[in-house]
Amino acid sequence: MADGLDPIAQFEIHKLVDLSIGKYDISFTNSSLMMVVGSLCICLFLFLGTTKRSIIPGRLQSMAEISYEFVADMIRSTAGRDGLKFFPFIYALFMFILFANVLGLIPFFFTTTSHIIVTFALAMSVMTTVLVVGIWKHGFKFLKLFVPSGVPIAILPLVVLLEVISFLSRPFSHGIRLWANMLAGHIMLKLFAGFIIMMFAALAGAAKMTAILPFIMTVALMPLEILVAFLQAYVFAILTSVYINDALHPGH
Amino acid sequence: MNAYTIFMAASAPATEHGEHAAEHGKAVFPPLDVSTFSSQLFWLFIVFGLLLLLLAKVFLPRLGGILEDRSNRIADDLDGAARMQREAESAELAYEQSLKDARAKAHNVAETTRASINAEIDAEMEASERDVAKQMEAAEAKIRKLRTAALANVDDIATDTAKSLVEKLFAGKITLAVAAKAVKAQN
Repeated sequence: MADGLDPIAQFEIHKLVDLSIGKYDISFTNSSLMMVVGSLCICLFLFLGTTKRSIIPGRLQSMAEISYEFVADMIRSTAGRDGLKFFPFIYALFMFILFANVLGLIPFFFTTTSHIIVTFALAMSVMTTVLVVGIWKHGFKFLKLFVPSGVPIAILPLVVLLEVISFLSRPFSHGIRLWANMLAGHIMLKLFAGFIIMMFAALAGAAKMTAILPFIMTVALMPLEILVAFLQAYVFAILTSVYINDALHPGH
Repeated sequence: MNAYTIFMAASAPATEHGEHAAEHGKAVFPPLDVSTFSSQLFWLFIVFGLLLLLLAKVFLPRLGGILEDRSNRIADDLDGAARMQREAESAELAYEQSLKDARAKAHNVAETTRASINAEIDAEMEASERDVAKQMEAAEAKIRKLRTAALANVDDIATDTAKSLVEKLFAGKITLAVAAKAVKAQN
């Protein structure tokens, strides 16, 4: 019983199908399953949203179109029109994270984005894209990204050093922000939900009714966590488009 | 694929796994458990890669196509509306033009009709005036002739009268020639 109430237990990874390549373990786990479920949900959502192709959209088509326009507008406003080349990548990131976050809020569902390796890998894919695109498009001039214009020569080395450090720390902050938000939210939810059972079990008589307090807290936390789930997907996507903007237009 | 050693794990109930993990994993915080990284990375790569491919090649073009169709349709409809507006305006202009033309034509017709009627009236008036003048002339000529004839008769009548007067008054006989001579002398 105590294990079931452990707020950390929800992050445990269980192997569903044991697989490996050489000495590397590539087992299909509950995490992998939730990735597949999330991606299938996205595909199903987009498939059902685009089957009718009507001029006047229905509800599902409206939602699909809103998600499309939302991400497209975000890219246009941060990275400009040429940023739209990366639209599928940013849209996939946004939807993947959004669905992982939201599906993870359903009780007994694993949250793939609560593992740092996943969020960090997504952040690194962004970093890699930025570096490859930046160097491929601008070559050596891409390094201008680290040299802001209009800075006095005297403090330029310091500024360049700071810019390089901030650039290199991007994938960490990018990945850890999402991970920490998901982790903290889920721990809090599980903690308060666990309190309901613990208080109900531990207390006697009328005092049992005080278990309603953590219940109220859980109910109050839930919409907040749904907001955070959406917000973090949005933040991840908008930062991605900001970074891609740096790759496309390195001069500040 | 041969190198892959793939085998199915006995999918034991989750509670057993949980207890198992709790026994060994208390020391390791699951998100920082390095032993799970390779499988997570592998499946993230596969699943996210497939998702990206599907979105980029199938779903997003479809969705984009729908949105483009709509904006094209709206643009087309607006174009059509503008064209119809222009057509309506030109039709109105043409209508006004033809109305003006018709009015001018009607005016012309009235004018020419009036003119031709006037000309006809004038011509007829002139003709009838000429006619009247001719008749009057003829009548005058006739009167003149009658008068001369009458005047000529007056002499004869006077001669006859003079002759019969002489014969009555004087019981004498005179010849007409004498009487005529006398009448002429009287004139």
